[in-house]
Amino acid sequence: MKTVNEMKLRFPSKSCNEAFARSAVAAFIMNLDPTLNELSDLKTAVSEAVTNCIVHGYRRTGGTIFLDGKIGEDGTVVIKVRDKGCGIADVQQAMQPLFTTAADEERAGLGFAVMQSFCDRVRVRSTPEKGTTVTLEKKIGADD
Amino acid sequence: MMETTYENNVLTAYIKGEIDHDSATRIRSTVDAMAQSLRPQQLCLDFGGVSFMDSSGVGLVMGRYRQMKLLGGSLHIQNASDSVRRIFLMSGLQSLGVLK
Repeated sequence: MKTVNEMKLRFPSKSCNEAFARSAVAAFIMNLDPTLNELSDLKTAVSEAVTNCIVHGYRRTGGTIFLDGKIGEDGTVVIKVRDKGCGIADVQQAMQPLFTTAADEERAGLGFAVMQSFCDRVRVRSTPEKGTTVTLEKKIGADD
Repeated sequence: MMETTYENNVLTAYIKGEIDHDSATRIRSTVDAMAQSLRPQQLCLDFGGVSFMDSSGVGLVMGRYRQMKLLGGSLHIQNASDSVRRIFLMSGLQSLGVLK
């Protein structure tokens, strides 16, 4: 896929940056003229991925979240959200709907289910004590 | 962020703006404090003014459902937009009978 635009962001794992991250991604894809649904879907998926970094990846320490965005010439948007936090021992289990390790904090365990439902493709790579990278892929213009 | 009314034993919270992990924490503490002091028969969460919601909204609703059960009352949700409702339906919340 030929990349026609890209961006890189890094910000601390503060919960106020959940809104910043999804708004930045919305602005990044705006010249693709997304439908309201496409925009809402991608913003929701990014919000879930960034929240996971804050609530799970950096729950003990805090740290930096890295968000890379790319737009392909066919309108495919790829967003990579990466943390250097505690990692996930069992990714398959973590991706099961309703599975959560933070029930006390009223986490519903739906983050990955929402990402998968709202994107065309979701990839998760994680190493315990090293961190997690979530890659979200969505083609803008597929709604037409 | 939120306005509330209390009438005929019903506490209604009109949530406005975006619901994510950050704002849900604030909404939760405000609603819980009011419910604890007023002890309403019903808590109604109105999503008509919500412009964005991720799965933090599901945790918010499930937590208030449990809270109202403990207080001997019930929870209802109203005016959820299609995008908000889509996330609620993914969670199976409709089985609790709280969605109008």
